[in-house]
Amino acid sequence: MIDDFFVRAILAGIGIAIIAGPLGCFVVWRRMAYFGDTMAHSALLGVALGYFFGINIELSVLIVGVVIALILLFLERDGRLPRDALLGVLSHSTLAIGLVIMALMTSLNFDLMHLLTGDILSVTKFDLYMIYGAGSLVMVGIIWLWRPLLASTVNEEMAIAEGMKPEIARAGFLMLMALLIAIAIKIVGILLITSLLIIPAATARRLIGSPEQMAVAASLIGVVSVCGGLFSSYEFDTPTGPSIVVAALALFIISHLISMNAKNKS
Amino acid sequence: MLVIIPTHDLKAARLSTSAPSPNSDDQLLVALHNVGVNRDGRWLIRGIDIKVRRGEIVTLVGPNGSGKSTSAKVALGIIKPDEGSVQRDPRLRVGYVPQKFDIEATLPLTVTRLLNLTAHHKKHEIAEALEMVGVSQHAQSRVQSLSGGEFQRVMMARAMLRKPDLLVLDEPAQGVDFSGEIALYDLIKDIRNQTQCGVLLISHDLHLVMAETDVVICLNGHVCCTGSPQAVSESAEYRELFGARAVEGLAVYQHHHDHTHLPDGKVKHSDGSITDHCHPDDGHHHD
Repeated sequence: MIDDFFVRAILAGIGIAIIAGPLGCFVVWRRMAYFGDTMAHSALLGVALGYFFGINIELSVLIVGVVIALILLFLERDGRLPRDALLGVLSHSTLAIGLVIMALMTSLNFDLMHLLTGDILSVTKFDLYMIYGAGSLVMVGIIWLWRPLLASTVNEEMAIAEGMKPEIARAGFLMLMALLIAIAIKIVGILLITSLLIIPAATARRLIGSPEQMAVAASLIGVVSVCGGLFSSYEFDTPTGPSIVVAALALFIISHLISMNAKNKS
Repeated sequence: MLVIIPTHDLKAARLSTSAPSPNSDDQLLVALHNVGVNRDGRWLIRGIDIKVRRGEIVTLVGPNGSGKSTSAKVALGIIKPDEGSVQRDPRLRVGYVPQKFDIEATLPLTVTRLLNLTAHHKKHEIAEALEMVGVSQHAQSRVQSLSGGEFQRVMMARAMLRKPDLLVLDEPAQGVDFSGEIALYDLIKDIRNQTQCGVLLISHDLHLVMAETDVVICLNGHVCCTGSPQAVSESAEYRELFGARAVEGLAVYQHHHDHTHLPDGKVKHSDGSITDHCHPDDGHHHD
């Protein structure tokens, strides 16, 4: 059954959606949407360098993501540029350098569109092992970092005073983001990864009472979006990556309407 | 008139510029020695000496930007000093109520969950703590729905639940009305009496905290004066910093003048004059 490309696509999408849930919650709570974009864009540079040096693409994307995260941590502490300007510089320059390197490698003939918006239907068995292997790692990591991350999201200085180590937790979180992006490129592509992080979390936020419930709900909403997107892309012959995002958006709008309705009634 | 209630600790009532006796240092929870914090070439605080002993309430007073919060953060280990040293037992259990802050609106967080954020407490302990600060009806409320005063009370309950050796409160009365403020300071005294923790309290208003305070440290980038509330309120430095009205016991005082410390150690006064000393006789305007 696993040989069927459609089943593999669904399994891959579900795996990504599950780990994107809790990470996405922190992206929303900590207002890191632009940060997520920057790391995702740097993935294109990772892909280009991976082809250039002939190494595993996921690995090179991961390495570039980690390097970008470290540069951001370092420059942010330095504090000479405002955070959003810094992100803008890194986000677009890594995207541009990636595109330039790819153009220079004329011998290669790859579909840029698949990199940008995903190619979930081409997921192989090996990709699946990778997604569930690395995904388990991300899951263990986020559970481990949960308490200090949540405490520092509420108040960083209070967390330090109470013996938490927010800086280590934040660095760890960036590593997990890099890992997620590396395994998720094929599913929704560089341009749409952040949407899979943010939209389900923003949807869950309207329905839920505790941080942990919101994380689980975000995962479930992501899973439903992936399935909905895949089936509708099959049905209407639309590109799968964007279809998944459109499905997530539909759920977001529905939850918004439900919560508005509930507010009006009370 | 300002009523001065005798302090609990007579030892602390003397000006603490003299060396503390050895046995009082057994009870020392945290000590800042000649601490300075420099940011971008400017000293936020310098030459700060603060000691908090078990069972003692130490209050930092001073105008805005005088380095009260910075000093407290150094005491807590949040900021590393660029000068001087901090003495603190690493096992010290700390309860910290930061200056009033907002919690991100997208974070679903009930009061009970906020209390359990960094440590898990038993249900009845949480109920008792919320009862003590008078917000037990809000145990399941979303923290973002609380009023300013309610939130500060919840934060007090949170700090108490940690059974701290040292309680650090940064303007805990912010957003609390006048009678609530008095109740809050009574509560701080009760906590101290019950748990014998040390308290480092930051306030911009000496009047209300005076009755419950053992030691007052008056800051303005440096330590202007230290001692019992009575000694401080009678000191020339305090009068100069807060204006004559403060000493006359008006409920509202105004800060009539200020001075800034220049990088070369000289002092610039509000009238533009520069002197070597913080408290010359000139440069002050009292009305």
